[in-house]
Amino acid sequence: MSRTTLDLWVGLFVALGFASLVFLAVKVGSYSDVSRSSTYSVKARFDNIGGLKIRAPVKSAGVLVGRVGSIKLDRQSFRAIVRLDINSKYREFPADTGASILTSGILGEQYVGLDPGGEEAVLKDGDTLQFTQSAIVLEKLIGQFLFNKAAETPASAH
Amino acid sequence: MKALDAILRKLGAMTIGGVWRLGFAARFFMAVLRYSGQSFLRLPLMIREVYFSGVLSLLIILVSGLFVGLVLGLQGYDILQRFGSSDALGVMVALSLLRELGPVVAALLFASRAGSAVTAEIGLMKTTEQLQAMDMMAVNPLARVVAPRFWGGVISMPLLAAMFSAMGIFGGWLIGVVAIGVDDGAFWSQMRAAVSFRYDVLNGVIKSFVFGVAVSWIAVFEGYDCQPTAEGVSRAITRTVVYSALAILALDFVLTSFMFRGL
Repeated sequence: MSRTTLDLWVGLFVALGFASLVFLAVKVGSYSDVSRSSTYSVKARFDNIGGLKIRAPVKSAGVLVGRVGSIKLDRQSFRAIVRLDINSKYREFPADTGASILTSGILGEQYVGLDPGGEEAVLKDGDTLQFTQSAIVLEKLIGQFLFNKAAETPASAH
Repeated sequence: MKALDAILRKLGAMTIGGVWRLGFAARFFMAVLRYSGQSFLRLPLMIREVYFSGVLSLLIILVSGLFVGLVLGLQGYDILQRFGSSDALGVMVALSLLRELGPVVAALLFASRAGSAVTAEIGLMKTTEQLQAMDMMAVNPLARVVAPRFWGGVISMPLLAAMFSAMGIFGGWLIGVVAIGVDDGAFWSQMRAAVSFRYDVLNGVIKSFVFGVAVSWIAVFEGYDCQPTAEGVSRAITRTVVYSALAILALDFVLTSFMFRGL
């Protein structure tokens, strides 16, 4: 069995194919995803999560520090329980860190923003965040606005 | 009344014939898998088939990928700039290529470029009684002819689809960044933030693998099952291309509904 020029072409083909796969993995996709490295989870309760999805980013000061792990409804209080999986690199969040659901851009995706507090103690795995701010629901906002407007101007005689 | 009777008879015969053929195709598939071990041991045979179905399809795949990427760049920019989010062009190009266009269009091209060639080759071997001659010499044509061609296609398909996607993203970059002037950093960074390896890239690879199995199976079966005449071979080639296209698009729907549910 000897090497032929055919082997060269096939070898080139296979190498090119794998090079494309590596390109897609490293350059196009985020292979070094946060979810791959070790994380610790904290819980946050929200009155309303708006359009938050599982795997949505968790950011602090705009930097990606984790992802939303799961979203459940608390059957007693009827609030949403959101589990945040935060990268173990970022262990220094104070215990009174607050979480709010924000939107990137007008049509952008919703994400969880963390606002670090000032306490000495740091967040541990399984903790629950005390201060949360729900997503802003546009319909409610408009409804509130109209309601206020109507309260301001007394109903004219009709 | 008699005409209706004839039509019903024909319909019934077609249905039974189709089911019959499907059963034979399934049995044929199992037989090919059973004799695959032998052809894996004879690597040069397989390498030859990877050359014929993979390397020779390279040009059409790369050129089509580039053009699809160029079109995606133009169309994507035109749509996205209406919403003032032309920075997301990279995301749009990459996701549409990785999830759908890469595997599907590469598989369609592969079926018409390599699948038809495999059908023609095996069909002509049958017509000229080479397969029977092999059987006479105690060489199993399934292990010697069919299985290497099947696996050559299965190996080539995911690699071709990956190259198609990579080329398409390059095309989208050419139009978006070089020609139109979308910010280069935003193009790549938004793409990397939105494309996940396991969810998008790997699912695309799984899709192209499934398409590779389907197309190769149809191609070798149609060749093996063809009428051993000139007309029969030509019909078998047509059937390969038509059935492959239908199988690819139908499987794509099934796979997509399993893979991408928006969760």
